[in-house]
Amino acid sequence: MKQPENAVLEARNVTIRYSGEAAVKGVSLSLFEKKITAIIGPSGCGKSTLLRSLNRMNDFIDHVTQEGEILYRNSDLYGEHVDPVEVRLHIGMVFQRPNPFPKSIYRNVAWGPTINGLSGDINERVERALKQAALWDEVKDRLDDSALNLSGGQQQRLCIARALAMEPEVILMDEPCSALDPVSTARIEDLLFELKEKYTIVIVTHNMQQASRVSDYTAFMESGVLIEYGDTDEVFTRPKQKRTEDYVTGRFG
Amino acid sequence: MDLIKPVTPEVIGRRSGSLRRRHLYSRAFRIACIGFTMSAVGVLGLLIYQVAAAGLPWLDLQFLTSFPSRFPERAGVKSALYGTLWVVSFTAMISLPVGVLAAIYLEEYAPASTMTRIIEINIANLAGVPSIVYGILGLAVFVRFLGLERSVIAGALTMSLLILPVIIISAKEAIRAVPSSIRLAAFAVGATQWQVVRSHVLPSAIPGILTGVILALSRAIGETAPLIMIGALTYVAFVPDGPMDEFTALPIQIFNWTSRPQAEFHELAAAGIIVLLAVLLTMNAVAVFIRYQGTRK
Repeated sequence: MKQPENAVLEARNVTIRYSGEAAVKGVSLSLFEKKITAIIGPSGCGKSTLLRSLNRMNDFIDHVTQEGEILYRNSDLYGEHVDPVEVRLHIGMVFQRPNPFPKSIYRNVAWGPTINGLSGDINERVERALKQAALWDEVKDRLDDSALNLSGGQQQRLCIARALAMEPEVILMDEPCSALDPVSTARIEDLLFELKEKYTIVIVTHNMQQASRVSDYTAFMESGVLIEYGDTDEVFTRPKQKRTEDYVTGRFG
Repeated sequence: MDLIKPVTPEVIGRRSGSLRRRHLYSRAFRIACIGFTMSAVGVLGLLIYQVAAAGLPWLDLQFLTSFPSRFPERAGVKSALYGTLWVVSFTAMISLPVGVLAAIYLEEYAPASTMTRIIEINIANLAGVPSIVYGILGLAVFVRFLGLERSVIAGALTMSLLILPVIIISAKEAIRAVPSSIRLAAFAVGATQWQVVRSHVLPSAIPGILTGVILALSRAIGETAPLIMIGALTYVAFVPDGPMDEFTALPIQIFNWTSRPQAEFHELAAAGIIVLLAVLLTMNAVAVFIRYQGTRK
């Protein structure tokens, strides 16, 4: 695996337990700047748990304990003096199901920058985010409409715009297309290519074609263990591990 | 290729005896449900009819603006109506903030610990404690220990104790009904707990919270036992001027009239019941209106 890029995030021997039961076991990997990294693996392999640990969203789940370190540009995200709210300013997230606020389209995007007192003109920021999320043309005339009136695919792009409005460095996506139809999925995949110019993206997906289409690097997890991690082309065409090969080619067990 | 082909023999229409029997049960259950609903509504209707027949002739402006009297034609509910409104207003001012903040704490802040569970179970149990027990507590704590005497504020504090469990439980339900995906979305754009609660949880939960609060207050309006226990007066010829004044309340006045031998007073009691029902229905209408406003958005 070639390694020219800067690592933005780095997991070091991370183990995450739910009520004592390990969901992620000793995972170490680096996530590279302005690249898309896909995390694939069967249901329950710990990929979403690992993703949530990258911006401390596991803090909201009861009885979760974590060992190891997660470094974001050399500072430990779980360090004693780290404020999880600040972490999420730098590392945004898009969820599995579209979860817009039950407010207007404008308010959905503007709320994060407003409460955080981000600098610059808020209207420009909203417009920029909606344009980056390829939603602007569809909603520019009805920014005050409720976000709940949008279609599922539009809602998910709105959620992406909401994350983009914060101008984070990293965006975590937890199966962002699993609730969407193929057309909406294709739009979001196109979007990812453009976003890569500015953002570091980590995407968890069930969809192997999606991982191979959009990502630069692929991590394959199984039963909480990182089995293989490398260049997406290599993981899909010349996997080093038998289990990876079985999974990416659809042969199990 | 022919896409439409006749299919023989016919399958539909040869229903078995068992299916016919199941339909019969289904119909019978439906009729039973209608019957029971109708009997409940019927009893309520009869009650309202009797109260209205006895009380309506007495219900006029004079009845609403007069103090109680030995003479039925001069008697009225002014002091009781004012007393009830005073007590309910103060009860609302006390129980709303305490109950809602307690619910927010339990749902949004409290750790999922055994201690939290114990508190929640106890609150649920308190909702089932007979109201007279709260009256005894109010007498001991507010009237005697705090020296509030038989005042509006002592009554309101006692009523608040009575309805707080109900308010907390209904507010908790309303808060819990806010999808957690909304909370996570807000946290993911760098919100603090307070910002999440203020901007997302409360706006969504407020219709449910207020409905619960108003229904609980409606219950408080009808309560007599705790007020008698703390010594609310039965004969009051003045209107409270402030929270430290003595008072009476509608149910107490009604109870007082029904215990008199003269038939006219029984009819006055019926008229008092109509006033009480009118206050109750007004409050419920407010609750319905708030819920409607909340769901329309």
